Amino acid sequence: MSKIITKGLDLWYSDFHALKGINSSFSANRITAIIGPSGCGKSTMLRVFNRMNDLIEGVRTKGEVLIGKANILDPRTDLVSLRRNVGMVFQRPNPFPLSIYENIIFGEKIHSNGRARNKLDGIVEKSLKSVLLWDELKNKLHSPALRLSLEQRQRLCIARLIAVKPDILLMDEPCSALDPQATARIEELMRELKNNYTIIIVTHNMQQAARVSDDTGFMLLGELIEFGGTQEIFTAPGDKRTEDYITGRYG
Amino acid sequence: MERHFDEELKGLHKDILKMAVMAQEAIFKSIEALKTRNKLQAEEVINNDDRVDKLELEIDEKCIDLIARHQPMAGDLRFIATGMKINAELERIADLAVDISQRVLELIDKPVLKPLIDIPKLSIVAQDMVRDAINAFVEKDVELAKKVVLSDPQADKLRNMVQEELINDYMAKDPGSAPRAVLLLLIARHLERICDHTTNIAEDVIYMVGGKVVKHHPEELS
Repeated sequence: MSKIITKGLDLWYSDFHALKGINSSFSANRITAIIGPSGCGKSTMLRVFNRMNDLIEGVRTKGEVLIGKANILDPRTDLVSLRRNVGMVFQRPNPFPLSIYENIIFGEKIHSNGRARNKLDGIVEKSLKSVLLWDELKNKLHSPALRLSLEQRQRLCIARLIAVKPDILLMDEPCSALDPQATARIEELMRELKNNYTIIIVTHNMQQAARVSDDTGFMLLGELIEFGGTQEIFTAPGDKRTEDYITGRYG
Repeated sequence: MERHFDEELKGLHKDILKMAVMAQEAIFKSIEALKTRNKLQAEEVINNDDRVDKLELEIDEKCIDLIARHQPMAGDLRFIATGMKINAELERIADLAVDISQRVLELIDKPVLKPLIDIPKLSIVAQDMVRDAINAFVEKDVELAKKVVLSDPQADKLRNMVQEELINDYMAKDPGSAPRAVLLLLIARHLERICDHTTNIAEDVIYMVGGKVVKHHPEELS
């Protein structure tokens, strides 16, 4: 089942044509990797899915991005509710300079009109359990989040998203600041999470895309060159440009 | 963009080719030894097999090393993965040439049972198939590889002809001919097995070039 469908999606940063006629379909409960060289438009595409590009001056879009039945490019889209449904994990873990507990309920406070303490406690426990941090942190929920290791911070950021019950998790180079062991553990977490969420990951790390994703899209100069099952893309890609990129001949 | 990796892949290609030449030579010499009842040539094939085995191990090691260090993808990955398989097939082919040579040594001291007709024909089919499969590998020629795969039934047919003739015209009529007839029958069997391994190589080449799996899917050949 498709979770996100793009139809003829174009995006311009002022005069720069950053996304060119993207037609794609992202399946539910799967991990889709978007790969491509720097500046190919992969992060731009990711940011379209929760309208983060709106924050940049001079951005224009054309075409449709359907999540459910709604075209989220419609100016009437409720952005707060869109961003609750479509959460984003960034390259550098960016917890707020608050306690672990406060970080997790931060979103919940914005999206609801205040909840009972025990309800919030339940959300914190459930969110931390889903990112496998509960056992490590249950006795220091009120210590500053910035004291955590990089990997724990990244997990916490994912827990913070999960707390507001999204459908889709966007991950922009989520492991690039992490060492190989922490990377492997975040990848394991992604595999766990895909049972409940649709995950789209942008990565420069080809081996990571090959390891963790079910589907892969290759982008080049704003175009989606090829999109298909990860096994097919990494063993027998259909387009020579994909082959050149993933075998390191591009450039 | 030329990569350092390309140099290493070229080295692997060269080694596989060397392995192929050694296997081809072994078949040729074992057949010549049979036709001319040449003991020395048969022994040469048997003695050379250590070199083939050594090269097989070297190629395997090189493939594992390339996978570990470069994490190859796409065409590179298909080349290395099929390289390993082709390497094993070539080693088996060389072993079968050794088997033929051993049968030749057993036959040499015995009187000639019959003039050889179908076995040389079968050996030509086998040698042509091996040559074409190797050329298909070198030239990345899918059509030639398909031709090799489609030649295999011809080898099976010739092996069956040899078998029927030896059983019906010799062993059934004169049980005393059995020791020699069985040896000839085994040689036909070894040649037919060479064709089977060569078919595998050709199927691997088709996968290597375009990523298409034809093994166990003959309908994919058309």
